[in-house]
Amino acid sequence: MIGFWTLFYKELLRFWKVAFQTVGAPVLTALLYLMIFGHVLDEHVQVHGVRYTTFLVPGLVMMQVLQNAFANSSSSLIQAKITGSIVFVLLPPIPYSAFFAAYVLAAVARGLMVGVGVLVATVWFTELKVVAPLWILAFALLGGAMFGALGMLAGIWSEKFDQLAAFQNFLIMPLTMLSGVFYSIYTLPAFWQRVSHYNPVFYMIDGFRYGFFGASDVVPEISLGVVFACFAVVTLLTLNLLKRGWKLRA
Amino acid sequence: MAAAVSIVDVVKHFGSLQALAGVSLEIGEGEFFGLLGPNGAGKTTLISSLAGLIRADSGSLKVLGHDVIKDFRQARRLLGVVPQELVFDPFFNVRETLQIQSGYFGIRKNDDWIDEILENLDLTSKADVNMRRLSGGMKRRVLVAQALVHKPPVIVLDEPTAGVDVELRQGLWQFVRRLNGEGHTIILTTHYLEEAEALCGRIALMKQGRVIALDTTANLMAAHPGGTLEDVFVRTMNQ
Repeated sequence: MIGFWTLFYKELLRFWKVAFQTVGAPVLTALLYLMIFGHVLDEHVQVHGVRYTTFLVPGLVMMQVLQNAFANSSSSLIQAKITGSIVFVLLPPIPYSAFFAAYVLAAVARGLMVGVGVLVATVWFTELKVVAPLWILAFALLGGAMFGALGMLAGIWSEKFDQLAAFQNFLIMPLTMLSGVFYSIYTLPAFWQRVSHYNPVFYMIDGFRYGFFGASDVVPEISLGVVFACFAVVTLLTLNLLKRGWKLRA
Repeated sequence: MAAAVSIVDVVKHFGSLQALAGVSLEIGEGEFFGLLGPNGAGKTTLISSLAGLIRADSGSLKVLGHDVIKDFRQARRLLGVVPQELVFDPFFNVRETLQIQSGYFGIRKNDDWIDEILENLDLTSKADVNMRRLSGGMKRRVLVAQALVHKPPVIVLDEPTAGVDVELRQGLWQFVRRLNGEGHTIILTTHYLEEAEALCGRIALMKQGRVIALDTTANLMAAHPGGTLEDVFVRTMNQ
């Protein structure tokens, strides 16, 4: 267990040492989104019976939780692979399951830290209330873990920074931006509503938002089930690759 | 003499390239063993297979009787490897690097031993310096220190003096000799043949993934009277 805790601590320390970039920057980005979209739409749009900025904040928080959980595990792995420092974790007797757990937990920690930062920075612009805190926590933890695991998968698969960037730009960004962060999917045409239901991030955002409003597009139990199923699939796939040493051990 | 390292008929291909073509070796406990050969001979592939960084296609590799695949935890605990590449984690200073590496091997409080390693490798003044700020030679010393944090009985040094100044070489060899004297098995690959000649009790010469000569340094030298190990090396490779 000491190996696991050390790897977890090392991953925490790694992002904390550059917290200005890994925590501060995403908080600022979310604040800019809120100021721009809020300024343009707050007077004209209401969703689930609340002002647009109030509707927007939980989505922004969850989006940053997910994106930063992904960024943490994926960037750590790709940097270690490219610089060769991955040998320091491959040489010791750390089981692949502990390796996985340490990276994913650290990714969740960074995601939550950024999420809390975004909430603290944006809550002053809204009348946000917490209706169901356990749902908020459940979706933040499980969504962060799912994206942390996905980040590991991307980090293992990528051999160059541009491959990871492609994963981020062509999969993660569209999935998060088209998940209902900025709108309720019921404002979309019927076809795009159906398409949105195939996006797992939609369930993460929608379930997380339920914790603030007590209202959502899909019942939270179903959303949590979808998120858990996605997490389980990505976890099994990543564990299998780690066990085989795919792209890590030649 | 018990086997510190046992390698039996190990084969490894990278695509169509055969990197190891059935290598068998046995290295006794407490030996100072040299693994020599030209670039591409398979030395690093063999060491990487022993360390579990590469999976051999067939054959078996054991460290003090523990199979590197089936019993990887114990095998890795018993092995310390100084990699050939000058790699480092740029986020940490020297002490943090060594503390983290100790933790990976399940050792929580290791500061006394870390201090001793730092002193022996002349790194004490650099303990709180970030890895990025160190010179190449200093980074090489930290790599050696990282391989030693868990006091492994078997230590593999893959070209540890490449690009390193004379002073460090002397200090390093003095320290490694001391470790060998205390019972640690040392496996050394180097292109500095005079170092191998002075340090190693037994030497294996590798070429194209095979061991083509294996004997005590004295016997190898005796086969070519009046010559240096470099002469032995050149003649053996050209045979």
